[in-house]
Order: sequence, then C-alpha cells, then structure tokens
Amino acid sequence: MDWLKRFKLDYLVLPLVGIGLVLIGWSFIAGKSITTQVKDDWGDTTTITKRVGISADLPSPAETWKASAPYILQPFAKRGELDQGILAFTWLSLKLVVQGYAIALILAVPLGFCLGLSPTFSKMFDPLIQVLRPVSPLAWLPLGMVLFLSAKVSVPPLGINYGASDLAAVFTIAVCSMWPTVLNTAMGVRAIPQDYINVAKVLKLSRWKTLTKVLIPSALPYMFTGFRLSLGIAWLVIVAAEMLTGKPGIGGFLWQQYNALSYAHIILCILTIGVVGFVLDRLMSVVESRFRTA
Amino acid sequence: MAFLEIKGADKGFGVGKARSEVLRDIQLEIAEGEFVAIVGYSGSGKTTLINLIAGLSRPDTGTVTLNGAPITGPGPDRGIVFQNYSLLPWLTVTENIALAVDQVFSTWTPAERAAHIAKFIAMVNLTPARDKKPGELSGGMRQRVSVARALAMDPKILLLDEPLGALDALTRATLQQEIGQISRQAGKTVLLITNDVDEALLLADRIIPLTPGPGATLGESFVVDKPIERNRHLINHDPDFKRLRARIIQFLLDCGEQRKLVVNKKLTLPDLEPEDLTRRGPVLFNKPRPRRKNTTRREDVEIAA
Repeated sequence: MDWLKRFKLDYLVLPLVGIGLVLIGWSFIAGKSITTQVKDDWGDTTTITKRVGISADLPSPAETWKASAPYILQPFAKRGELDQGILAFTWLSLKLVVQGYAIALILAVPLGFCLGLSPTFSKMFDPLIQVLRPVSPLAWLPLGMVLFLSAKVSVPPLGINYGASDLAAVFTIAVCSMWPTVLNTAMGVRAIPQDYINVAKVLKLSRWKTLTKVLIPSALPYMFTGFRLSLGIAWLVIVAAEMLTGKPGIGGFLWQQYNALSYAHIILCILTIGVVGFVLDRLMSVVESRFRTA
Repeated sequence: MAFLEIKGADKGFGVGKARSEVLRDIQLEIAEGEFVAIVGYSGSGKTTLINLIAGLSRPDTGTVTLNGAPITGPGPDRGIVFQNYSLLPWLTVTENIALAVDQVFSTWTPAERAAHIAKFIAMVNLTPARDKKPGELSGGMRQRVSVARALAMDPKILLLDEPLGALDALTRATLQQEIGQISRQAGKTVLLITNDVDEALLLADRIIPLTPGPGATLGESFVVDKPIERNRHLINHDPDFKRLRARIIQFLLDCGEQRKLVVNKKLTLPDLEPEDLTRRGPVLFNKPRPRRKNTTRREDVEIAA
C-alpha cells in the first residue's frame, strides 16, 4: 500500500474499491431476466421472460444504468411533466427547497435570538418547541394542505403560481427545517461571553448596534451550524413532500416510477438525492468555514 | 470633595444560606489626577470592586459617586481595561477602537474620528498592526489595544482591572513602563487593581491593600511619596521602597494569617468501602462496584465459634 500513499492515490483509489465492492454485492443480490422459448399447447413457440435471483425484481447495476441513461445523458430534457432529465427534476426540487429554507431561516433566527436573550420567553416556548421538533414531515403535510386549502399565491414576474399543494410543500419544508437553526441560534446567543456584553454596556451601545456589532457576530458560528443542519433536513423533507403532493421533482419522479413498477429509476432517484444532499452539505460547510470567528 | 468616592459599600452574591459577602464596608476616596493602586489576593473581590465603580453591578448598601454624581450604570466616562482584554475578535484593531470612538464622539466628522483613532493606536505603538484581528496579536499587543480603546474614549477615570495579569514577566515589565508613561502624559485619574505589589509601587501615588475575602475591605493606604519617574532599579534598591514593600506585604500576610485562623473546615473521611479483591476471574454480572458505607442496609458478619 506504500505506493498508494506515495502518490496520494489512496483518496481516489480506495473509494473506488469501496464502490466496486458494493456494486459486486448488489449484482449478487439483484435478479436477472431469463428468456426461454416454450412450445405451448397449440404448438406455437412463445418467448417467456422470467426474473430469477435472490431479489428477483431488483434491477442489476447494468440494467439500472441502461434504464437511467436517457435521464442522465440528457439531464435537462423535458419529455413531459413527470418525464424530465434528472437535473431538470433536481432543479425543480431545489427551487422548492430554497423557498422553504428561506422562510425557515427568516422565522428561526429571530425566534432563536428571543429564546437566547430572554429566559422568560425561553421558559414559555421551549417545551412547545421540544414537542414540535420531532414531528415528521409526513405529519405536517396534511396540516399544510388543510391550512392552504383554498389559498393561491401568484407572482407573475417570478413565475410563481402556487396552489394549495405547492404552499403545503413549502410550509412543510419550512416548519420541519427551522428547529436546528432555532436551537443553535439560541445556544449561540446564550454562549456569548459576558465580557463582550460588558464592552457593549460600558460603551453604551444602542440596542441595534449591540445586536449587529456584538451579538450577531458572536453567535454566528453557532448559527451557521444550525443553517447547515437545517439545509440537510430541508432536502430530506422535499422528497416526502413531493411524494405526497405528486409535484414534478425528484421525489415526485421517484413516487411515479414506483407506481409504474420502474425500479431502476427508483435507484437512480435515491442516488441523485444522496449526491445532491452531499453537495449541499459541502457547500454549506465551505460557507460556514468562511464565517468562523475566533 | 473627592473625585471618586465610595462610602460604606457592601456587596454580596446569592441569597439565604448560599449568600457570600464579597465586599464589606468599602471606603475609598480618590482625588482628581491621582494614581491609586489596590493590591490584594486573588479572589478577594478586586474585580467586584471595579464592577461597582464601572457600574456593571450596584452595591447592596452604600454609595459610589463620581464627581459628586452617583453611579447608576455603566458609561463611557469610566474607561475600563479588562483583565482578559475583552476585544471583539471579529473586528480589527482599528475597528475595535472605532467602535468606542464612534460611540463617544458621535458628533465628530469621520475624518476627525479616524485621526483620533490613529493617534491612540500610535500612542501604544501598534500602527503596523492596525488592520490585524486580535487573534493575530500577542497577549501584550492585545492589552495595548485595550488600553488604547479605554483612553480613546477620553474617560474621566481609567479603571485597570489586573491589566497585566495574563502576561509573561518580560512583557509585563515593558507594559508597566508604558502604562506609567501614557497615564502620566494623559494626566488621567487612574485606579489600578493588581496582585503584584511591585507593579503598584512602580506606578501608583497611593497603594491601598484589600484584605482577603469573604467580606473584604480596604486597609489603610500607603502613600508613595517618591518622584514620579521610577524604574525597577530604584524599587529594588532604594531603602525606602524596600521598607514600604515590606510593610505592604506584611499587612497582606497578616490579613492572610487571620483568615487562616477564621476558616476551620470540618474534615470528613471518605465513605468508600474497600473493594473485595478475593473474588477471582471474569465477572459478567454483579461486578463489584465501589460502595459507600452509608448506603449499606444490611451486613453479614461471620462470627467464629
């Protein structure tokens, strides 16, 4: 293994070996099609295709690639509402996530500051937050549907024309992904050293200046940890939201292909969701390291 | 009428049984332009005293007045140099000082303020480091920034709360000289709090010992009637200084002795039962755990016939 380390290849080669091993295991479990020619009772030859294997209906890696190729090779193709290239679907989902996530942050940061600054406020709402926090997106979505039953938001210049299901999806993303930001912001505010607050007091800084010059910069590293966790959850929730509302997007595609018994595409969706989630997390950690203060 | 006056101030924390009296019956008068040093043990309530003057906390009884007006809260007329610098790490040296200057001299033009900031950075010899963040500076440089910030506010009184406590001996000696020079140039009233008698002798006009807590109070003040230009050599070799130092240290030691007599703690023996080492071999369940004598409910005693 010395030559691997010498050329710094182990970062490239070893993950490839890992992926290869998983692919081998996958092919072993996956079923394969066997086509036989049978003479039926009338003497006609018919071909019968049967799938055999440990998990007969699971497509093998090669079959998955063959079925997915049109989606990957023409990533922005639009053949129909629920038949688009994989990046086109990702784009649709990301748009929804960004909206929900933005609403989550706009609500969560002030809420976190209130919790961190006021013990009374904290005692009042902390139990409620602890109860709402673990609620699954699947539980929020129906409530969103009811809430926005006859609501309609349309902003023509932005191309936004939302009905109940879109609003419910955004609502669910926002309400599920805001909690890590709320709690981390509150923790960051509580962790502000007394020295910095003393400086603000001695200088008699105004409330606004104390907030912008002392409190926010000091709590920022904690807040970014919260932002990062929230983004991860927002991306998790999008799939559930799209599955239930049937909107075009990566989750909607997954659900449609499940109903169409097209299992290869499910695997394609899972991999895409994973890769996008990973990329989002990396991006956020880059932003986070930019804002790290001593 | 003294410039800064504390009359019969008490301060304690907690309530009921958990209450601890930190300061008791503090009487202090400082004249304008005077450099007073308060010397005391660590943990004797020196920082609590500074907080009273700074207005960060209020005395339980008694009054604190500056220039005749009672102190009701913190304000920029009392510049504080904190022991741990208290610089905001996300701002550069200039921005840290600017935060104070912009607040105090809000009526000035930006150019005037910038010149003012530059002047005080130059005063503490940090012009080359003016765009650095505190994290990139050494402890001594950070403390100089903190001194510059306090002085740039043009306070009526400068409060130094163990400003050099966290520094190494060499940096400390250099900064002591600098603080002495700067405060003399500025002609400010200064209150220095320290645990270093030599530092007090080097800088102050008057030295007041603080007896050890709980219930610390200020002792009799020792006047240093020596020329204002002092150096280490003088302090180490001049017989008057040696005598004065010996008296101050003796006073503090005597207080410490008294404290030792007052504090008598009830000693209790550890309550652990010795472990039974006669059990051999690996034990999966009912592992022998440390037991406390007062939790034993039943004891089997074998009596040989």
